[in-house]
Amino acid sequence: MSAYRCPECGFTYDEERGNPREGFAPGTPWSAVPEDWPCPDCGVEVKDDFTVVAAS
Amino acid sequence: MVDTDRYGVHMATTTAVHDTGDPEVTPATWSDPKRYAWLLGLLVPGLPFMAWGLVEATGLGLFWFFGPLFVFGVMPILDRLIGDDAANPPDSVVQWLEQDPYYRWCTYLYLPLQYASLGVACWLWADGGLSTLEALGLALTVGCVSGIAINTAHELGHKRASVERWLSKVALAQTGYGHFFIEHNRGHHVRVATPEDPASSRLGESFYAFLPRTVKGSLTSSWHLEAERLRRGGSSPWTPRNDVLNAWAMTLVLFGVLTAVFGPGVLPWLLVQAVFGFSLLEVVNYLEHYGLLRDKREDGRYVRTQPQHSWNSNNVSSNVLLYHLQRHSDHHAHPMRRFQALRHFDEAPELPSGYATMIVLALVPPLWRRVMDPRVLAHYDGDVTRANIQPARRERVLRRHGVAA
Repeated sequence: MSAYRCPECGFTYDEERGNPREGFAPGTPWSAVPEDWPCPDCGVEVKDDFTVVAAS
Repeated sequence: MVDTDRYGVHMATTTAVHDTGDPEVTPATWSDPKRYAWLLGLLVPGLPFMAWGLVEATGLGLFWFFGPLFVFGVMPILDRLIGDDAANPPDSVVQWLEQDPYYRWCTYLYLPLQYASLGVACWLWADGGLSTLEALGLALTVGCVSGIAINTAHELGHKRASVERWLSKVALAQTGYGHFFIEHNRGHHVRVATPEDPASSRLGESFYAFLPRTVKGSLTSSWHLEAERLRRGGSSPWTPRNDVLNAWAMTLVLFGVLTAVFGPGVLPWLLVQAVFGFSLLEVVNYLEHYGLLRDKREDGRYVRTQPQHSWNSNNVSSNVLLYHLQRHSDHHAHPMRRFQALRHFDEAPELPSGYATMIVLALVPPLWRRVMDPRVLAHYDGDVTRANIQPARRERVLRRHGVAA
């Protein structure tokens, strides 16, 4: 499981925890997140721009 | 620390002409020249009280219109008298500046004053013995408060703390513009300076053409954004978790309670102030990205939002009343940055005056075009095809600027 971080604001998507508010249940892999999904906090970056921060 | 943005602009260092650039500057040795000026923003929710006071002092009913008189009359004069300020906080203090809770309180305090003034206005509408014209004047004055409250909501709505996001919705309840909190952050910021954004005005588009487009487009877009978010989680959009619905519910409760307390006579004035308020927000939206367009990358996506995609203004008086909203390029590049830390960039396009003056121009389309169209052209080195052009006027605009349609 990995986590992905928005380079603009630091919002982090953690695959293990998912993001239920955004409609991604815990365990939802990053690959299942839509390509055009924008950062829910800043809206500046989209999924493509996020960087991997941790892999386990 | 040099803040190098991903698009290669050394934002703070290349442009901060008034920046000390001195690494020795620390919170202990630097003081914010605008620190106490931000409290002046609290004059706005005081406008209805000032109107009442001026009417009592002079006996002139005209002063019920004090809100619009102040915004469209006094403010443009102050823009001119007080002038510009391009100073940026040194990079070394930005972090400290952002976390100082004092600045947060300058925005929080708007809300109790906003609702106190609404309560007093309702009492005046119900029992104040105002003529219809005077009641209208008071409604427009209250509309200035509720419209500028959308600016307060804007500052709060960009923050991560749930209390600030909740306060944002509370500030929006008075105009029924609760969906702004969704559409602005998730819609406008993603699509800014593109033809797809309802809140980015286009070259050749008058404010009166922009207003219905942005009001309708923002509303439908916010609904789609929330419906999509809830659908991903397997939920119908008809749930109290829908932030558009629960924000509108606040308005229903607010107007319902005020009508129950003060009688149905206040309802028309509540509607007038709401429409005037959100129109004031939309005229400000109209100023911020007029004609500006983001290029497309090879993969079809738009380039990241950069300083050249927003109009800016450093006018001190308008700036202080709107929490640096006019340092709009930095806001779009870094939407979560707090207002007190927003910076001026020399390379960003600059409006010729403060927001208050530009609002008045926007209300007179021939004047607006005369002032702004050449500036859009100059921004694109005379190549009009690089601008965001109103489709219905595209041929005419291209012909006017010597391009075969």
